[in-house]
Amino acid sequence: MSESYALKLYVAGQTPKAVRAFANLRKICEEHLRGRYSIEVIDLVENPALGRGDQILALPTLVRRLPTPIKKIIGDLSNTERVLVGLDLRPRRPNA
Amino acid sequence: MANQKSSRVALKKAPTGIPGLDDITNGGLPLGRPTLVAGGPGSGKTLLGVSFLVHGAQQFSEPGVLMTFEENADELAQDVRSLGFDLDSLVAQKKLIVDYIHVDRSEIEETGEYDLEGLFVRLEHAIKQIGAKRVMLDTIETLFGGLKDSGILRAELRRLFRWMRDRGVTAVVTAERGEQMFTRQGLEEYITDAVISLDHRVHDQISTRRIRVVKYRGSTHGTNEYPFLIDRDGITVLPVTSLLLEHEAPSERVSSGLAALDDMLGGKGFYRSSTVLLSGTAGTGKTTLAAHFVDAACARGEKCLYFLFEESPQQLVRNMKSAGLDIQRWMDKGLLKFHADRPNRHGLETHLLEMHHAVEMFDPDVVVMDPITNLMAVGTQTDVRAMLTRVIDYLKTRGVTALFTSLATSAQSLEATEAMISSLMDSWILVAINEEAHKRNRWLYVLKSRGMPHSNDVRPFVIGNKGIELRPVPAGNSDSKAKPRKARRAK
Repeated sequence: MSESYALKLYVAGQTPKAVRAFANLRKICEEHLRGRYSIEVIDLVENPALGRGDQILALPTLVRRLPTPIKKIIGDLSNTERVLVGLDLRPRRPNA
Repeated sequence: MANQKSSRVALKKAPTGIPGLDDITNGGLPLGRPTLVAGGPGSGKTLLGVSFLVHGAQQFSEPGVLMTFEENADELAQDVRSLGFDLDSLVAQKKLIVDYIHVDRSEIEETGEYDLEGLFVRLEHAIKQIGAKRVMLDTIETLFGGLKDSGILRAELRRLFRWMRDRGVTAVVTAERGEQMFTRQGLEEYITDAVISLDHRVHDQISTRRIRVVKYRGSTHGTNEYPFLIDRDGITVLPVTSLLLEHEAPSERVSSGLAALDDMLGGKGFYRSSTVLLSGTAGTGKTTLAAHFVDAACARGEKCLYFLFEESPQQLVRNMKSAGLDIQRWMDKGLLKFHADRPNRHGLETHLLEMHHAVEMFDPDVVVMDPITNLMAVGTQTDVRAMLTRVIDYLKTRGVTALFTSLATSAQSLEATEAMISSLMDSWILVAINEEAHKRNRWLYVLKSRGMPHSNDVRPFVIGNKGIELRPVPAGNSDSKAKPRKARRAK
């Protein structure tokens, strides 16, 4: 478990949801990926063209670029369990 | 009243550029508002939307944004290229932006609150980039398959349509037809300005596409179902009721191929660019009469296109030869061309389309359709009439003289069965047989012929080895003394 995580967080301006998502993400990364993660925040209001590459529709969207495969998690990341599952840091429940 | 009328602001429209559709919508889609286009898979809704965008960009200086949620942009471009649309070149000219959003539920984890601001940002960005006036969302309903929280989705779609109205973009939003509701996800609840329904029905193994304007707030519109076709030129709607009767009406006359028959038609034959119906029971000589008409046209050096729905060209050529008419020579000279097709091979729309193409390619002066009654097997009477109206309109616009044969099932119903189509015809000639003791006698008469005095005689005729020969009316019965003498000249 020494892979490093390259994460992108897509938002549109400093909305409450965006602020919440970033805070939640920082907290989860510090707890589970300390020292081996990077977060790039992409504000589509400033850079709308960047939404195209990762097929961004919903906001906020967290994209795990590395390790592959690419994973996407949408929402304000308030449900830590689901974020961990989405990032493959927790096994998926068998019936999921 | 007058005051009320002047204060009413006419709804502005964005023309689709789709032949026929702008007629039935009285000018196009509501400007600056979304229109819902619903239909089953393969009903042509994507093509309708793409046509709207492409025509907007090419003909009306209105750039467009195509946001697709289904196919990827490459596949889409390929699909529409086969229909004559080059999306890539429009994209290069900055008249079109194609954006592709695909959402796969299995790739996405949802946690907590979100919205579809990403879609808004991208749409806004695309609209601003090229100054788009038109937008197409194809098919936004697929998002319901990609996102779990349909509550958020519905709220966001409502916001999206309001947002597009505020932006003043004219939008086409495609949707799948639903079982319970009009569309699968009830989008008609959010888009109420205009709703168009597309349908691809198979009846008796023959498919017909139809379009209907279900709703158009603030505007009159054609309420019928109209057949439409999709060919290499895109969509064409056949709005029979909107046809304009503005053809030229040449005073030039063309021979029927029989001098004696020409005599009955005011002495000069049919008008050029008119329509002639030739109806009768089986074996009365309709095709032979048609062959005379063709023979005369080709002898004048005119080009003739002959649509056959019953026989093969070879068979017809052979049969005419036995009746003394050599039409093979006109084929050899390239003046006569046959287009033989079984009516039930495809639907009326496809027949119409093929006729259009054949006429366009051969550019004939004269067209024969033999017999149009066989087309009745393919569609309802209303459909066939609509199709013939379209054909006639098209031929008249091109200045083509057209002859249609029609098979009547019984002598009694001769005049009745054709009532439906006869009003489309300028001249109507009936051929029939009556049986005497040991002989069947053929006879013909001119039931009507617009714009000329015509004979009221019922003329006996025979088909010999020199074709059709009209016989004089028994003495005393004719309305013209000159007839018997002229009839002999027909040989």
